[in-house]
Amino acid sequence: MSDRFKNRSRSAGTRDVVVIGAGHAGLAASYCLNERAIDHVVLERGEIANSWRKERWDSLQLLTPNWQSRLPGYGYSGDNPDGFMSMPEVIDFIAGYARHSGAPVRTHTTVSSVRPERGGYRIETDQGTWQARAVVIASGACNIANKPRVADDLPPGIRSLTPHDYRSPAQLEQGGVLVVGASATGLQLADEIRRAGHEVVIATGEHVRMPRRYRGHDIQFWLDRTGLINQRYDEVDDVARARGLPSPQLIGSHDLPILDLNRLSANGVQIVGRLMGVRNGAAQFSGSLRNVCALADLKMNRLLDGIDEWVLRNSVLCDAPQRFDATRVDESPVLTLDLSKNNIQTVIWATGFRPDYSWLDVPVLDRKGRIRHDGGVVDAPGMYVLGLPVLRRRKSSFIHGIEDDVRDITEHLANYLDDLSGRTYPFTRNAAAGACARTAAA
Amino acid sequence: MSDVTNAANNGVNVEALLGARAALTDAPAAAQFVWRAESEWKGGVHTQSTIAGFFGLGEEQSRGKSFNFDTDHPEVFAARDQGATPVEVVLVGLAGCLTGGIASVAQNRGIQLHSVKATIEAPMDLAGILGIDADVRNGFKSIKVSYQIDADASDDEIRAVVAQSQKRSAVFDIITNPTDVNVEVNK
Repeated sequence: MSDRFKNRSRSAGTRDVVVIGAGHAGLAASYCLNERAIDHVVLERGEIANSWRKERWDSLQLLTPNWQSRLPGYGYSGDNPDGFMSMPEVIDFIAGYARHSGAPVRTHTTVSSVRPERGGYRIETDQGTWQARAVVIASGACNIANKPRVADDLPPGIRSLTPHDYRSPAQLEQGGVLVVGASATGLQLADEIRRAGHEVVIATGEHVRMPRRYRGHDIQFWLDRTGLINQRYDEVDDVARARGLPSPQLIGSHDLPILDLNRLSANGVQIVGRLMGVRNGAAQFSGSLRNVCALADLKMNRLLDGIDEWVLRNSVLCDAPQRFDATRVDESPVLTLDLSKNNIQTVIWATGFRPDYSWLDVPVLDRKGRIRHDGGVVDAPGMYVLGLPVLRRRKSSFIHGIEDDVRDITEHLANYLDDLSGRTYPFTRNAAAGACARTAAA
Repeated sequence: MSDVTNAANNGVNVEALLGARAALTDAPAAAQFVWRAESEWKGGVHTQSTIAGFFGLGEEQSRGKSFNFDTDHPEVFAARDQGATPVEVVLVGLAGCLTGGIASVAQNRGIQLHSVKATIEAPMDLAGILGIDADVRNGFKSIKVSYQIDADASDDEIRAVVAQSQKRSAVFDIITNPTDVNVEVNK
């Protein structure tokens, strides 16, 4: 109650909608709200595309090819549709979108609290307080790098890094590196750190193996053409599981047809099981390595079988089918590794990411801290979330995946505001708004 | 899809298991189980263990019966061989867990099983338990499970069932991952 007397909670304004985050998702939301002439503001803690600027390693390139970089009313216009954007290019792309759409973004405005107030929400920031009837959370899926509890048991003297801290091999001490996790992040980091001359061990739990190229095309071409990537969240067998899957072992480069554990071990990276504990200075790895590799191989082959069947059914002309070698696992995989004896100087926790909702003072988190939502419609009136894995479709967390989600969500949001007002909203609906609604229905 | 599921009958009530999964998702406390065994020394290296009740679904569960397991050692260990060795019982646990899992996963995927047989081998260097060489561990060097499965499914489908069974197996997890063990003595 006393907050209102504090200087920091001076009123910044009232809008129908406050969008939190000016990344691709928040800007896409703004674009569709504009189409419907819905009054809104986009609050951004840093610069536009902030996480792409501050929380990515140097060599990272987008995992989707340029032809797939598209947002509502905007797309890639360069001359290399099959290439992959570097981080500066992604930042340019998203900043260009913000200019193109004229999104009402307030940069350097950090949200410290969102809470219900008078049938809407009160959004406190370090630049004053906003009031809104609806809130769209587009603050990202990867704000916090997960670190398992076992990280606390590392012996002193070993440097612990997350992918948010890591930039390039140049920042590493001499000596060995233990990369924990074999998703896209873990594989890419293990690969480049090994190539920089370090001894590298990669701890491997469940992972998703996927070739970059298949039958003469990028894998994203096939995921797109077969419609797999468009599968809806309510059609997925076990959506909770799908949402928790590690990212496929892809790299944004066509240098290799596949970056996988076989490639890493051929380059001298040691593959071990999932990190289960650290005891007396020794890392303990699970004896399940063979099985997690078998699971990933079988799953990849099911994906390729599905593509082959689709090619056959649709009589598509392309290269012949192929299968990749099964993942090679040592005869006796290492189960314990004395970290100091093996000169491990650095551990990198490539163990996934999670969103940060520490500012969200609305009871919408489940016991695991995940936001409760049905396809992005949060379990609180007038609250929406965008950009999470398999939010509404398998493609939801990709740049090109945001458009369909945003159109669905803004339609729901517009209806919500209508109902709230008990009248058609807004007073003047422009032609573009009609087009937007039709696309969403299609 | 549901027709296929109904066609297979491996004697596993998958609907009940899926129902339990749904119910326990919303009631995490009820999912907290405690398994128990009691054991008594019978002389020599012969021990008899008894399994009766357990705790789960928020309360004590009684089976109305109990199971006895004798463990001993064979004559080459100068013992009386009145039961399997404890390490063999561990293999029994693994086989029971993986095979039960295979039946459940196959049922859930609509795969009819006709026969599921496994042989399990677990090499061990006795230099460990006899204290001959401190660098040798007491337990198995490794475990090899070989399945022979006759089922109405492709090779890869069968392999996927076996892989999924390992992924969801409690005994597989107990053996492959460290567990904190607290052995205390009460008067």
